Amino acid sequence: MDTQSSQLQFNPPPVDPDFGNLHVKSRDPISILFTGITGVATWLIIALLVVVLGNVFYHGWEGLSWRFVSTVGGDPFDVQKAGALGLIVGTSARVILMTIFVIPVGVITAIYLTEYARNNSLLTRIIRGAVNNLAGVPSIVFGLFGLGFFISFIGGGIDSLVLSPGEKALWGRPAILWASLTLAVMTLPVVIVATEESLKAIPQGLREASLALGATKLQTIVKIVLPQALPGILTGGILSISRAAGEVAPLLFTGAAYYMSGFPQALTDQFMDLGYQVYILSTQSPNIEQTRPLLYSTVLVLLLLTFALNIVAIFVRARMRRQMRALQ
Amino acid sequence: MGIQRGHKARPLEWIAEKVILLVSLSAILMVFLIFLFVARESLPIIFGQMNSSVASEQAIDPEKMSEVPRERLAAYLDLTPQEMTEYDDETLKLLLEVKAEEIANAPTDKDATANTVSWKYLIGAHQWSGNDKPEYIWQPVGEIHKFNIIPLFIGSLKATLVALLFAVPLSLAAAIYVSQLASPRAKEILKPAIEMLAGIPSVVLGFFALIVMATFLQNVFGYESRLNAFVAGIALGFAIIPVVFSISEDALTSVPRSYTQAALALGSSKWQAAWKVVLPAAIPGVFAAVVLGFGRAIGETMIVLMASGNGSIVSGSFFDSVRTITATIAAELAETVFGGTHYRMLFLLGTMLFAVTFVANLVADFVIHRLKSRLEGKV
Repeated sequence: MDTQSSQLQFNPPPVDPDFGNLHVKSRDPISILFTGITGVATWLIIALLVVVLGNVFYHGWEGLSWRFVSTVGGDPFDVQKAGALGLIVGTSARVILMTIFVIPVGVITAIYLTEYARNNSLLTRIIRGAVNNLAGVPSIVFGLFGLGFFISFIGGGIDSLVLSPGEKALWGRPAILWASLTLAVMTLPVVIVATEESLKAIPQGLREASLALGATKLQTIVKIVLPQALPGILTGGILSISRAAGEVAPLLFTGAAYYMSGFPQALTDQFMDLGYQVYILSTQSPNIEQTRPLLYSTVLVLLLLTFALNIVAIFVRARMRRQMRALQ
Repeated sequence: MGIQRGHKARPLEWIAEKVILLVSLSAILMVFLIFLFVARESLPIIFGQMNSSVASEQAIDPEKMSEVPRERLAAYLDLTPQEMTEYDDETLKLLLEVKAEEIANAPTDKDATANTVSWKYLIGAHQWSGNDKPEYIWQPVGEIHKFNIIPLFIGSLKATLVALLFAVPLSLAAAIYVSQLASPRAKEILKPAIEMLAGIPSVVLGFFALIVMATFLQNVFGYESRLNAFVAGIALGFAIIPVVFSISEDALTSVPRSYTQAALALGSSKWQAAWKVVLPAAIPGVFAAVVLGFGRAIGETMIVLMASGNGSIVSGSFFDSVRTITATIAAELAETVFGGTHYRMLFLLGTMLFAVTFVANLVADFVIHRLKSRLEGKV
């Protein structure tokens, strides 16, 4: 009781967040030892990261030629002839398709959670629980889901409506459309969480000002809140893309092919994929020693793609957090 | 004449709100659909309605081929839908004749009459003829398909255990360092750097484990089989370090700064404040991080598929090859017959995996939620 009332009366002025971060030199040997141990552990993790990346860059760099990234098709196990353009186009195409499906749904869900939902209602809690759970479902289960739901239920359903019996299946078979939809379900939580974070960072006063000037709630959201939240929505999109670009398990049964002579032409075509090719080259190669340079170059292309996206996302997010702190 | 409210005053607003609500329900719908469509395929096995015994199979008369539904025919002949469309009636008839002969000559001994997809055989050890003691065997090829799931669960748990033993101490130490001990400037570099590890696709970690780490670790430890639970576990550890780190770091940071300041004011060192004050306050968050790391590790596919060796061996050694649940689904589903026993078995494994991770997520979610509201003084 006493402490509570004193808390109420004492309103300290805003202080430098580093206040109290006293840089006291510790003399206690145990403290020094353990601080050292935790520091070493931290740097060890970073060393592991550097070793993995360094190894891939060192061995992959040689094989990374203009010919490699601009050739389509060619025997996938022939170091001289195999090209990565089909892989790059296939991966990009499935990821772009996925973005088209996931961004609207993810952003609208985040808008509902931050702007409309009452914070502790049962429905809100269930939606949040579902989002968290979706984030934790193993990727191979998404593969099974894609096969059971998208390919056999939806695709097979379309086929039984449009095709005469005995005709070759068109929709009810692995294809880029089903792979993208499966990935969209998988990355939905990433988009929701990132968008929500950016919506929450917008000061409440901005909304109140808009409402006070006579704007409706919808107008406030569309014209005031969303433009402000755009960097966050972009981050969410980029993060979901980089997550999806390297995912292989959901594609195993939903549409990845290890060899195609050209690009996918229709939504019902299969596609070649960087991550899937890494798996094929590492495990199914007739001669692993000979195809190793090819494998390393493919891994490097995949890493460059995902890391470029990740680094952009990290920068946008760091800027956003700084802005948020400045606004509060 | 009162003020109009709700959907009468602004119909557009009202419609938009309802549409937004509907779309936001899609996350719930998806979780529900995933469970429904993965579990649906495995129901016949769960309820023991399938019989895989070789001796129980009824031959289809080749002459009556046209009377039998094509799906039934495909399952009977072990053909993929692709093959079904490619073969003409002559070929199918020939296959039927071969199959009928096979069934006529099928063994009728004890093994052949066993329904290997009944629960007794799925989880219990069985002494097959030729073995000298009851054994747990996953072997979905050959004359009699054996579907014992115990070796797969042991395989998954072994790899996950190695991953947790490797990743949790490292990530927890790093989380304490980054959130409590490091200077603000070091923190700004270290945190994103560790989070970058999450950006490495799991297929790349699998590749690294298979091509580089397996040989290196074998040279260091000198064990026999190059790919095993240990190698896969260490690579899995790489994948869960960012998960365990981020969540425990978040929990440690959410402990109010006044706790640390009070400890420092009483003369403790920064380490003592972190270890004796902040960590105990955040311990549920650390627990949640470990649970989520477990869920992530047991559900990870590509790393174990590439680095575990995929031999379904039941043994106590971490240096034996293992076959995990996820790798089994990934490696075998492409070769199964749509709707057949093997196909449904793999969906059953998927359902079990989904259930395990669902519970892990629920527990972690609950613990984090409680911790946050306690630290914010709401409880």
